[in-house]
Amino acid sequence: MNMKLRSLMGACALTALAAPVMAETLTIATVNNGDMIRMQKMTKPFTDANPDIQLEWVTLEENVLRERVTTDIATNGGQYDVLTIGNYEVPIWAKQQWLTPLTDLPADYDADDLLPPVRAALSMDDQLFAVPFYAESAMVMYRKDLAEAAGVTIPDSPTWTDIKTAAEKMTDKSKEQYGICLRGKPGWGENMAFLSAMANSYGARWFDMDWKPQFDSAEWKEAFTDYLTMMQEYGPPGASSNGFNENLSLFQQGKCGIWIDATVAASFVSDPNESTVADKVGFAKFPNKEGVDNHGNWLWSWNLAIPASSQKQDAAKKFVAWATSKAYTEQVAAADGWRAAPPGTRTSLYENAEYQKDAPFAAMTLEAITVANTQKSSVQDVPYTGGQFVAIPEFQGIGTSVGQQFAAALAGQMSADDALAAAQSNVTREMTRARYIK
Amino acid sequence: MARATTQRSRIGWTIAAWFVALLIFFPILYTIITSLKTEQEAIAGFDLIPSFTLSSFEAVQSQNSYWRPFTNSVILSLGSTLLALVVAIPAAWAMAFSPTKRTKDILMWMLSTKMMPAVAVLVPIYLIFLRTGLMDTRIGLTVLLMLINLPIVVWMLYTYFREIPGEILEAARMDGASLRNEILYVLTPMAVPGIASTLLLNVILAWNEAFWTIQLTTTNAAPLSAFIASFSSPQGLFWAKLSAASVMAIAPILVLGWFSQKQLVRGLTFGAVK
Repeated sequence: MNMKLRSLMGACALTALAAPVMAETLTIATVNNGDMIRMQKMTKPFTDANPDIQLEWVTLEENVLRERVTTDIATNGGQYDVLTIGNYEVPIWAKQQWLTPLTDLPADYDADDLLPPVRAALSMDDQLFAVPFYAESAMVMYRKDLAEAAGVTIPDSPTWTDIKTAAEKMTDKSKEQYGICLRGKPGWGENMAFLSAMANSYGARWFDMDWKPQFDSAEWKEAFTDYLTMMQEYGPPGASSNGFNENLSLFQQGKCGIWIDATVAASFVSDPNESTVADKVGFAKFPNKEGVDNHGNWLWSWNLAIPASSQKQDAAKKFVAWATSKAYTEQVAAADGWRAAPPGTRTSLYENAEYQKDAPFAAMTLEAITVANTQKSSVQDVPYTGGQFVAIPEFQGIGTSVGQQFAAALAGQMSADDALAAAQSNVTREMTRARYIK
Repeated sequence: MARATTQRSRIGWTIAAWFVALLIFFPILYTIITSLKTEQEAIAGFDLIPSFTLSSFEAVQSQNSYWRPFTNSVILSLGSTLLALVVAIPAAWAMAFSPTKRTKDILMWMLSTKMMPAVAVLVPIYLIFLRTGLMDTRIGLTVLLMLINLPIVVWMLYTYFREIPGEILEAARMDGASLRNEILYVLTPMAVPGIASTLLLNVILAWNEAFWTIQLTTTNAAPLSAFIASFSSPQGLFWAKLSAASVMAIAPILVLGWFSQKQLVRGLTFGAVK
């Protein structure tokens, strides 16, 4: 045997021996959120501790991510090992057996530390199918200085009448100062997230126990009429194209008296590097209608889940446990301060004195998340779960279609009654087609 | 008098042409302007004067690697176009110089495949890619992009070839040129402007393709369309960063188009006035 051939065989043997210890690459599909981007830069401790695991990130727009991941899972593609998904998808996908149950998380993971409503939203039959990276509810953010100047007080737990009165008094359109900014951009995750939570707080519900839509109810009419009145009289111009980001910008520029939205916004509006009104922001609970014991039940979380189609289950489990662990939170705090810690998932974070000191919105966020009941979002009986959404696969379609009717009413293209009637008829048709209504 | 009218109408047409050109170019211009704004300015509303900050470009650079998707874009667009030309030149030659009574129908059928919404065949193509191991590979996407653009390439080349007198090819044949030599040394040099504009247009089409390149890639073969898509954010301001990523993605193709515009226009109007 000549020398060349020997060397070649030697190299082959070495390669074969090396194969089992070669690094395994986890492909992680994620969205472009500040917390997610931060995580991508902080993975060194994980890769140092697990030299056999490499991480590849695929960052996609939220809806594209949903499409891509759905196609991949439905075709058993196995392109992704870790998914970033919302608590809307988790129960639906878990039911389809698309997600791996997270049964054997490491002993130090302390799943009991997860906030109970968040854990409940990610579980089926008491079994976790995803772990929360950060979570949010909704609350009132308002300008303390404007409220004081207008002579109004916003209580810690305001009613919609309190909000309406304050919005009216804080409005001065000549100074581009609008009493209230709310979502108007159509979409199941945009205006319908807000309006569904608002409707909950008025005692309304999406469906009765026979899955018949309830837009013709007095509660929906009252909630939607109040929303339109507030927005048309005290809201900013062009509100039907304002979503979370647009309202965030308006509030940060000092153009909104009150903004009711996701609790995660609190850290943005009180960040002096981003917001011109950082030191003037007050926080209060999501409002309720007088006599209705319901504060919207908004609960959203971005979670890490492992698709059943992944071939690298063990490595993926190690990663999701690390990324949602207490140790990761501490790592973020050490690098960027406690305010930057992913909020809303762990009780221990809210018990941390340093976090409480750094994040003035911590107590209100915790309270909002703790009281959110996604298992029964309305004071009336409901056949579905989910707070500001209905956790059925059809909701993306019907939510967006109703959102378009409501945005049209906000833009003045149709009346509140017409929008509600159109929503009622569209949703009835779709639910009949989908065989919910027999 | 006549001269004055001509002069006036020329000025009028020039203004109209500039207006239309500006209208078409405006979205690109505004993307460039937005990329030079802060996030707050970008979302604040319509404003043509940015604060000329480069912070968004810096953020984009630090967040995602540009060079890997850039290289993929170059390989996919050039590869798919060259492959398409190799298939389309003989096809267009046959259709232009040896037509049958079904040629027009075949051309129409080829074009009709472009009328089908791409999403309608997403699942079958996804499964084919998955089963054949082509998912997230440059070779798979190159072939797919070639097939997607092939009808346009054949149509364009067919139109150009039809303008070339068949007698010249006949003369070459009489001089003993083989089929290969006839296409390579007689037809192709005469159709260079047409082939060049087809090449340029298809490079642009392949570069801008954003459905399949996002659906069928994860990390290895993801081109600049996937790079842009990664900057949209559900919670947090992103317009300036998204614009900066878009500028970085379109800059190479914009420069290419700028330098080759003469060739492109010449090719596109080839045989139009005869």
